[in-house]
Amino acid sequence: MKFTLSWLKDHLETQASLEEIAARLSLLGLEVKGIEDPAAALAPFSVAYVQEAKQHPNADRLRVCTVEHAGGVSQVVCGAPNVKTGMYGIFAPPGSVVPGTGLKLKPGKIRGEHSDGMLVSEREMNLSDEHDGIIELEGEQTVGTPLARLLALDDPVIEIAITPNHAEALGVRGIARDLAAAGLGQLKPFDPPRIAGSFDSPIAWYIEPGAAAYCPAVAGRYFRGVKNGESPAWLKRRLKAIGLRPISTLVDITNYVTFDLNRPLHVFDADKVTGDVSMRMARDGEEILALDGKTYPLDTETLVIADTEMAEAIGGIMGGEASSCTEETVNVFLEVAYFDPIRVARTGRRLDLGSDARYRFERGIDPQSLTWGVEVASAMILEFCGGEASHPALAGCIPDPQQSVTLRYERVESLGGVAMAKERQIEILQALGFGVDDAGGYATCRIPSWRPDIDGEADLVEEVLRIEGYDKVPVTPLPRERYLPQAVLTPSQRRRTQVRQTLAWRGLEEVITFSFMDGRQAELFGGVPDSLRLVNPISGELDVMRPSVLGNLAAALQRNADRGYPDLGLFELGPIYRDDTPMGEPWLASGLRHGLMVERRWQGDGRPVDAFDAKADVLAVLEVLGAPTENLRTSLDAPAWYHPGQSGQLRLGPKVLARFGILHPKVAASYGLKDAAAGFEIFLDRIPPSKAKGKAKAPPEISAFQPLERDLAFIVDRDLPAESLLQAARGAGRGLLSQVRLFDLYDGKGMAENEKSLAITVTLQPKTGTLTDGEIEAAVAKVVAAVGKSTGGRLRR
Amino acid sequence: MRDWSAEALAALEAGLLEQVAESNSSTALEAARVAILGRKGNLTAKLKGLSGLAPEQRKDAGRALNRLKQSVEAAIEARKGALADRELEKRLEAECIDVTLPPRKMNVGHLHPLPQAIEELVAIFGEMGFAWAEGPHVEDDFHNFSALNILPDHPARQEQDTFYLPPDAEGLQKVLRTHTSPVQIRTMLSQQPPIRIICPGRTFRSDHDATHSPMFHQVEALAIDEAIHMGHLKGTLVAFLRAYFGIDDLPVRFRPSYFPFTEPSAEVDVGCDRSGGRLTVGAGKDWLEILGSGMVHPRVLQNCGLDPERYQGFAFGMGIERIAMLKYGIPDLRPFFESDIRRMRHYGFLPLEVPSMVRGL
Repeated sequence: MKFTLSWLKDHLETQASLEEIAARLSLLGLEVKGIEDPAAALAPFSVAYVQEAKQHPNADRLRVCTVEHAGGVSQVVCGAPNVKTGMYGIFAPPGSVVPGTGLKLKPGKIRGEHSDGMLVSEREMNLSDEHDGIIELEGEQTVGTPLARLLALDDPVIEIAITPNHAEALGVRGIARDLAAAGLGQLKPFDPPRIAGSFDSPIAWYIEPGAAAYCPAVAGRYFRGVKNGESPAWLKRRLKAIGLRPISTLVDITNYVTFDLNRPLHVFDADKVTGDVSMRMARDGEEILALDGKTYPLDTETLVIADTEMAEAIGGIMGGEASSCTEETVNVFLEVAYFDPIRVARTGRRLDLGSDARYRFERGIDPQSLTWGVEVASAMILEFCGGEASHPALAGCIPDPQQSVTLRYERVESLGGVAMAKERQIEILQALGFGVDDAGGYATCRIPSWRPDIDGEADLVEEVLRIEGYDKVPVTPLPRERYLPQAVLTPSQRRRTQVRQTLAWRGLEEVITFSFMDGRQAELFGGVPDSLRLVNPISGELDVMRPSVLGNLAAALQRNADRGYPDLGLFELGPIYRDDTPMGEPWLASGLRHGLMVERRWQGDGRPVDAFDAKADVLAVLEVLGAPTENLRTSLDAPAWYHPGQSGQLRLGPKVLARFGILHPKVAASYGLKDAAAGFEIFLDRIPPSKAKGKAKAPPEISAFQPLERDLAFIVDRDLPAESLLQAARGAGRGLLSQVRLFDLYDGKGMAENEKSLAITVTLQPKTGTLTDGEIEAAVAKVVAAVGKSTGGRLRR
Repeated sequence: MRDWSAEALAALEAGLLEQVAESNSSTALEAARVAILGRKGNLTAKLKGLSGLAPEQRKDAGRALNRLKQSVEAAIEARKGALADRELEKRLEAECIDVTLPPRKMNVGHLHPLPQAIEELVAIFGEMGFAWAEGPHVEDDFHNFSALNILPDHPARQEQDTFYLPPDAEGLQKVLRTHTSPVQIRTMLSQQPPIRIICPGRTFRSDHDATHSPMFHQVEALAIDEAIHMGHLKGTLVAFLRAYFGIDDLPVRFRPSYFPFTEPSAEVDVGCDRSGGRLTVGAGKDWLEILGSGMVHPRVLQNCGLDPERYQGFAFGMGIERIAMLKYGIPDLRPFFESDIRRMRHYGFLPLEVPSMVRGL
């Protein structure tokens, strides 16, 4: 919403400065977005008198002028054909920037004659394209009068942001009322004229029953014999200042009243209207060519203003081209209506058609404006266009909700925190137009017709505080419920930090990628249920909720590889989306490494990432979180986006805690990854909570006796999973056996084709005494037997 | 050797010591030791010869010979040490490497600024007793809109650029939450006051340009009890903003505004300085809008089954990207979502500390 300072002062008697007004507007909730002072750019330029203009001694076309201006008398060399002794012009002093050229003037010499400053043309002042000569002011002028004042441009334009609840501030008068209530002046009285009219309107209003809910009332008036020319200069100036193009007096009047009083109007050329006009719902298939030059399809949900032949306007949004007023218009029919905000909003959205009228109607205008709006508009039409007014035409019943809201005075303190006398509260409410009945210890407040937004007691508290100033609300610490803060994070929230730190320490960089991904690529990750495909995605690349994070990580790795960083690992903590229920968004730690895991260096070649890097990442996280990693089993059924032979799922019992492996080459290729990528997905929510209670621990079991190690190499089937052998070994001789570690895999020369050798170190930890050779042999034999029994493995001799 | 004279013994000692001194390696020294003190060594043989002497003579000769033996043994030990030192020196010389070569590297990754900012928020609000609440990203109309008093035709609803999911069998459409406010609703529906929560998390709006990302992060806070008023809102926010930005005298300004879910509503500005084309939070001539806030609308309380005549409280929300940009000096949204390693390493954090008030933020 834009307005000028002088416009505001039409409604507000005030001595306040522009700065004070602007600061207060923001504190009233009418946030100042900008102040534009058209005078600022013209500030250096003012009226000057040419005392003498004589021929330049060295140039035929130049004159050497003696110019009297605000700063004294200067010699100026001027090439304009119209410069002459005794004329008034506009002087640009040295140091000023000429708006039309952007050049800064410097004192200088032109063909040997000093020239200090310049007499300027309209084009140089950005006033018009006129550049045939310098500005020549008529009549007697005062030297030094600022150009801006001369042009009446010394009127700053203020732009404010309007929140949806402050519809009344969409009229300058509403803004003035707020400022007056806040003590920045007096609201001038508003006395709409009463125009009786001299004849009955030949056009009558009708509201069809089906339309009454959306247009409960409409008023209007017929004018005959008007002349629709150019508007007076002040009117055009104000419209231009707020960014509106003056069109014709009739149209300008409707625009002016819209912005002045938040009262949108419409004028029909009465001679282009057939019969009476009615508010009705449009028919399917009906169309209208609107004033913006576009044709809009109408339907039975759209309220139109129609004559007996066709729709002439879209209710509350825009008039039609067919019955619009032109310079030839002689007879006019004025529309002053009240439209249902929701209906206007819906229609506007459906047609994707915005207008100043729609913006106001959908926020709610003052229904009482039907009465005074007709009179205000009539007075302007008669004054600027002449002609003769009919008696008012009216149909329907003006909505008058007459609603009241109760304000318990103590609520301003108990909700707003500000202790305030009830007299002050009443004063504020009355200044805002509320009718206040102070009885029974509370205020019964009649809501002014222009404040449809007022909604309950809390809103009144807001109004009172808003005018008093939020700066009066005391800064009050929230009471502490206990002396020291207690821990507020859930175990799973604490874990996230632990996981992030662990993965970062393992060299992975943390990223946050979109929850969306490309639906086609999502197919590579098991696809997406229809319920998670966006109806209105931002683009085809972001059209579904991701079923896995790995795709986004692969895309990020590819982008980094393209920038010259191919050897990189990324991780993200965030959800994947399974379905549209609250439980369908499990949190995962997902990671992907690409390129070299170990860079090439002087000690040896680089090593590409492999599945065990990803497995190590997973195990590191699981260990940090206290998961029983010794009890995990690896199953070979990782989903299809992993390499089928280089991936697995880590299970605790039947539950999959994590999956890992090399990304399927087809998936990697679809993201343009050149090298292998090793990824993992850890289901954080499935990891059992730590069983530890508190931080106290039982004493450690430390044996007084030295542990001893034995290496055992087994020959087993080549496709035996190493994990089975380790399990079997660990299962044997519990108690004495403290650790089993695999240290060698050999399937080279000397091995049968279907066999391999797996070598383990078993650690025996005696607890009660040094082991005898016999005891050691027995323990080792148990391991060998267990391995043999469950894997068929035999000792390699 | 039959001469037990002092001269003879002295000559023997000198010979043996010379033999030790001339041993130039530990092997040679060992050979010399065996030759002197071994079972067949010449000193051993001499000692054996004592038995053939008369008792009187044996006593003196024995004493002299023992002294001689100790002297030779000491010489051997000394020589052994010297040789070992020399050999170690040689080994060390051979083991010399170029220590200017680069060592094995351990790369440490960086933590993303957004979770870092969330940790800071949690640390500050945790001190004030606020717990961290969470909720789903795919929301229904009730939690995202209508419970928050955002009715279908309300202008506020139209301004939010909502992402929609397909209608279900009953024609109901889920949305991607446009703010984290649904978490407030879920919290009020599931627990009785007093309530103090913050809800940081992902939010979604269908807007994508230099200053908007279709996914971004918000944090909202909710405090509900019987006597919480707007002064407490101010107290909480002033304390938070000053702690977060680490500026004790940061100017904070509250302006009336409008949100469907709060009444009264306020927008909050912090002082800033824009001189020199750079935006710095702190005392300065300008104000920077940073968050929206207000007292929870009575209808929202009612929608959550709370009696607005008994309970009241405040709520506020802000963009995490925005406050992270301001605090960490990040100029635009790119470092957050583009996963560009050059920016991640620059703006990211090493995994050294979890933010906490007492350690400093």
